[in-house]
Amino acid sequence: MSLYRDEGVVLRTQKLGEADRIITILTRRTGKVRGVAKGVRRTMSRFGARLEPFSHVDLQLHAGRSLDVITQVETLRPYGEALVTDYPRYTAGTAMLETADRLIMGEKEPALRQFLLMLGGLRTLAEGTHEPRLVLDAFFLRSLAVAGYAPALSGCARCGAEAVRAFAIASGGVVCGACRPAGAAVPAAETIALMIALLRGDWAAADASESRHRTECSGLVAAYLQWHLEQGIRSLRHVEREWAGRDPVGRDPAGRDPIGWEWPERRASHPEEAARTR
Amino acid sequence: MYEGVVQNLIDELGLLPGVGPKSAQRIAFHVLAADPADVKRLAHALLEVKEKVRFCRICGNVAAEDECRICRDPRRDPQVICVVEESKDVVAIEKTREFRGRYHVLGGAISPIDGIGPDDLKIRELMARLADGQVTELILATDPNLEGEATATYLARLVKPMGLKVTRLASGLPVGGDLEYADEVTLGRAFEGRRLLDV
Repeated sequence: MSLYRDEGVVLRTQKLGEADRIITILTRRTGKVRGVAKGVRRTMSRFGARLEPFSHVDLQLHAGRSLDVITQVETLRPYGEALVTDYPRYTAGTAMLETADRLIMGEKEPALRQFLLMLGGLRTLAEGTHEPRLVLDAFFLRSLAVAGYAPALSGCARCGAEAVRAFAIASGGVVCGACRPAGAAVPAAETIALMIALLRGDWAAADASESRHRTECSGLVAAYLQWHLEQGIRSLRHVEREWAGRDPVGRDPAGRDPIGWEWPERRASHPEEAARTR
Repeated sequence: MYEGVVQNLIDELGLLPGVGPKSAQRIAFHVLAADPADVKRLAHALLEVKEKVRFCRICGNVAAEDECRICRDPRRDPQVICVVEESKDVVAIEKTREFRGRYHVLGGAISPIDGIGPDDLKIRELMARLADGQVTELILATDPNLEGEATATYLARLVKPMGLKVTRLASGLPVGGDLEYADEVTLGRAFEGRRLLDV
C-alpha cells in the first residue's frame, strides 16, 4: 500500500527543515502515524491550516521508508477553532492530545477505541457543555481503561473487600484499611463517586459534584496517569483548573504569581505525587 | 573523512540549520579556496555578532545597544504596541512600512505540549510596559496558527481589565492566490472578516 487514505485527529506538529512539518496523527484504521507535510509553513500553502492540532481530517498519505508523506487533506471538523478562543479549554485539549500520543507507543498499530475516545473527548470539549477539567479527567480515566490500566474504584484493588478507605496509586486504585500502604491518600467518598461517574460517562452526577471534590479527583487522576505512563505529561503543568478567584491582571488573592502558577493545594494533599514531581 | 581541521570545520558547519553533510562539505571547501581576507571578515562577523548583539531592555528585540533602534526612535508612536513572537516578525512587519508604533517580542508562543507556558515568554515585561497607562492600543501579531492564536487569546484576557483597545491581525486570503485553493478555515476567516467596499 504505497498510497492510502484514512481519517484522523492531528495530535502534534513539529517543524522540519525550512517550511515542512512532521505531523503526528491518530487515525481510525492505521493507528498512530507520523507523516511529513511539505511546505505547510508557507503562507501560500494549500493545506497548512488543515493540519493544525485538534483538526479532524480526511487525508491521503504516501508510505515512505521512515516517515509517510501527506499528499492531500480535507477538513472534517476543525475543533481547534472552537478551543483556541477559550484558554482553559485549549490547555485541557493539549493535555488530551499529549496523553494520547504518549499512551499509544507503537506507530501503525490500529487503536480504534483510542481514536473514538479522542474524537468524543474533543467534541465534548468544543461543545462547552461541561467543565474542561471534568472532560479532561473523564478522558484520562477512559484512556487508561482502554490501555488496560483502569483503576479499581468499587472494591479494594488487592483483596476485593467492599469497605474501602484510601486511594493507592501503586496498588491500582482504592484499597481497604488492612491493605492500605503507608502514604496512600485518603480522598472523600464523593471524590471516588465522581471518578466512577466520569469513567462511566454519568455526566448528570459529574456536573453536580462540588469543586473541592473535582480538585481532589484531578490530582488523583493526574498522579495515577503519570505513574502508569512512567513519565510526566508536560501540558498538565499548564492546564488551568481554577481561573476564577484571581484578579484580572492575574494575581490571585493569596499573592501567588499567576503566570507560573502551579497547584499548591494539590501538591500538599497528595504526598505520593509531590514526591514524584520533585 | 578528511584531515582533522577540515573535518572539524565540516562537522561545525553541519550543525547549522538547513545545512546537511554534503552542503557542509561544499561550504568547507569554498572556505579553503577563498581569499584569507574574506575568511577573516566572516570569522570576525561571527565573533562580533555574539559579542555585541543583545536583547533590547524594553521590547526584547535584538539590539546592538541596551535599547533597540525602534525603541530609541522618538518618531515612533509610543501609544501603540505590536506584540510578535520573534525578532524575525519585527523585520517582516517593518518591511510593510504600515506600522509606526513600537514592538514587543515575546520570544515564542504558548505551547503546553512542548512545555512552554506563559511564564516562559516575556509577558511579565509586557504587563510592566502597559502599567504606566501611556499605551492605548495593543496589536496582537502572533502567528496565525494554533499556538499563536492561543497566545493571543491569553494576552487579550490578561489585558482586558486595563481598558486598552486590543486588536488582532486579520486572517484571510493571500494576495496573488486562487480562491478555489484556499482551505476551509482560512476562507471561513476571510468571510468572517470581510469589509465594506466603499466606492
